[in-house]
Amino acid sequence: MRFRSPLYAAEIAVVVCLLAIAATAAWWGTKPGKPEPAVAMPAIGGPFTLTAADGQQVTDRTYRGKIMLVYFGYTDCPDACPTALNEIAGALADLGPRADRVQALFITVDPQRDTPEVLANYVKSFDPRILGLTGTPEQIAAAAKAYRVYYAPYKSADAPDGYLMDHTSVVYVMNEEGRFVATFTQETPAAQMADRLGKLLAKTS
Amino acid sequence: MRHSILLAGCLLLATLTSALAQSSGVTADQVWARATPGGAKTAAVYMTLSNKGGGDDRLVAVTTPAAGAAEVHTMTTENGVMRMRPAGPLDVKAGGSVVLKPGGLHVMLMDLKAPLVAGQRFPLSLTFEKAGKIDVTATVEKAGAMGPGGSMPGMPNMPGMKMNGSGG
Repeated sequence: MRFRSPLYAAEIAVVVCLLAIAATAAWWGTKPGKPEPAVAMPAIGGPFTLTAADGQQVTDRTYRGKIMLVYFGYTDCPDACPTALNEIAGALADLGPRADRVQALFITVDPQRDTPEVLANYVKSFDPRILGLTGTPEQIAAAAKAYRVYYAPYKSADAPDGYLMDHTSVVYVMNEEGRFVATFTQETPAAQMADRLGKLLAKTS
Repeated sequence: MRHSILLAGCLLLATLTSALAQSSGVTADQVWARATPGGAKTAAVYMTLSNKGGGDDRLVAVTTPAAGAAEVHTMTTENGVMRMRPAGPLDVKAGGSVVLKPGGLHVMLMDLKAPLVAGQRFPLSLTFEKAGKIDVTATVEKAGAMGPGGSMPGMPNMPGMKMNGSGG
């Protein structure tokens, strides 16, 4: 098994600071449609190549033109991941037809166990529109790096296969051009997510 | 007449059951679990433990025929990173209560014998250091539900409706 080596607490703190700066920058940032100025804004998000349930290779460019909700987790996660996916599902339902312009992605941090089939079966319990994505350990590591996502196994004797996963539990909101605009936590209520997404969609419709 | 006898019997039984639970001092209420999303081999059970007795007690073990192993876990989110850890024996102080809810403590069921389906009920045995074994029944809610009889995935949420625990 290959996992990305754990970051240190200081690095996590830096990432959180960068996230906060990026969120603020995005909030006060440029009008949609106008190219981003070439300032040194910490990039959240970036290129990834992963595998969808049907075996199809997808990249960050596959969903251009849609708002992407990107959440990293794993299927043996009984608390945080179902909460996040439930709220995302609720937000998609709240958005009604506007949800067609949103693509929710559940990217596994546990590719050893989460095959495309396992993921597809899992996410459809929340909303069939949520896509589960997996890849090689290297592809997952690259995607996680792009999103500044931390993940590492934690050995626990009784856990399935003897490990649990620690992971960043943040829902990243990327605009139609693939740029980072906001984050939600796994506990952001669906109605609040839908409200924010509705406003973002209204800007570009 | 027959109805009132039946009713009286039920009341008596309820009182006795309640008295028995009271005598140990520790009770477990609102025991619920989340339905397992397709293929998931783990699940979380939530409940409210109350200690109305005179002495402190602690939950030392959980067993259920529904799973090969059950363990109290605590979940923390720090700087956006979620960590789930075995919580060890769970203290329930005299006169106090401990709430297991999404975003905090849960009983993690591992090696599930069968998927948990919304609407099902299944038994759990909670072993306390002093109160001994208490048998309870968990009700299965929808996958990702936030509380007993709570939010349903895919159901539009009413604005202003608070269905999330405060976490931690």
